[in-house]
Amino acid sequence: MADYLLIESRDPFDSNDVGQFYDLAANLAKGGNQVTLFLVQNGVLPARQCVHSDALSAVAGAGVDVLADGFSLDERGIAAGALVTGVSAAALDVVVDQLAEGRKAIWH
Amino acid sequence: MADKKTLTFALMDAPFETARTTTALRLIDIAARRGYDINVFAYEGAVFVPFALQKQHSNPVHGHPEVEEEDHPLPREWVSALIDEVMKNGGKIDWVNCGLCVDERGAGESIEGVRRGAPGDFWAMATASDNTLVIATK
Repeated sequence: MADYLLIESRDPFDSNDVGQFYDLAANLAKGGNQVTLFLVQNGVLPARQCVHSDALSAVAGAGVDVLADGFSLDERGIAAGALVTGVSAAALDVVVDQLAEGRKAIWH
Repeated sequence: MADKKTLTFALMDAPFETARTTTALRLIDIAARRGYDINVFAYEGAVFVPFALQKQHSNPVHGHPEVEEEDHPLPREWVSALIDEVMKNGGKIDWVNCGLCVDERGAGESIEGVRRGAPGDFWAMATASDNTLVIATK
């Protein structure tokens, strides 16, 4: 088993392969790995209720720690209290923390 | 420092274009404030991020007809500030611009603290680091 840090910077309205990245995160977690999906830039958009939110909540339901960059949320006017189930706001420091831990990191 | 780490970042985006550059510099800034040793390999358009000839401009549309009023931010100044931050906190930073990419683009004039290298430097950086993050262009 391994620890993974998956960073999603794209939003599913713009990139169809975002769903595949969600699947990767969920499947890694189902395989017994520790996985963080960190949303940044437009990647935070589905953290607000929309047609793609259920997919994101499902990733969290699979055991992935789904975090959304607070700076990106603020830029887009998304309040931390408006996040869908399974998603929490976090500082970008988490990414550096997990890089320093040696997690396998993938940027998308 | 017992928990001192070495992180490597690979950047590919040109400045003034995408949020990826901003996020990359935010990440590097966090690492700098922790006193980490940092490697940056700037590839493709990212070699222009520390380009020394970047100039501010005015913006009459914004009601700023003078350069000073617009105070347009320049990535080269951000990189310079990052280098200062690393040094202030006891870390080291090795910013390498890919020489092939520099030559293609005529981007040879970089700010102080940036050196010319080759893709092999990225391999060496990654090998010697606790972790590496590649921020690939879209």
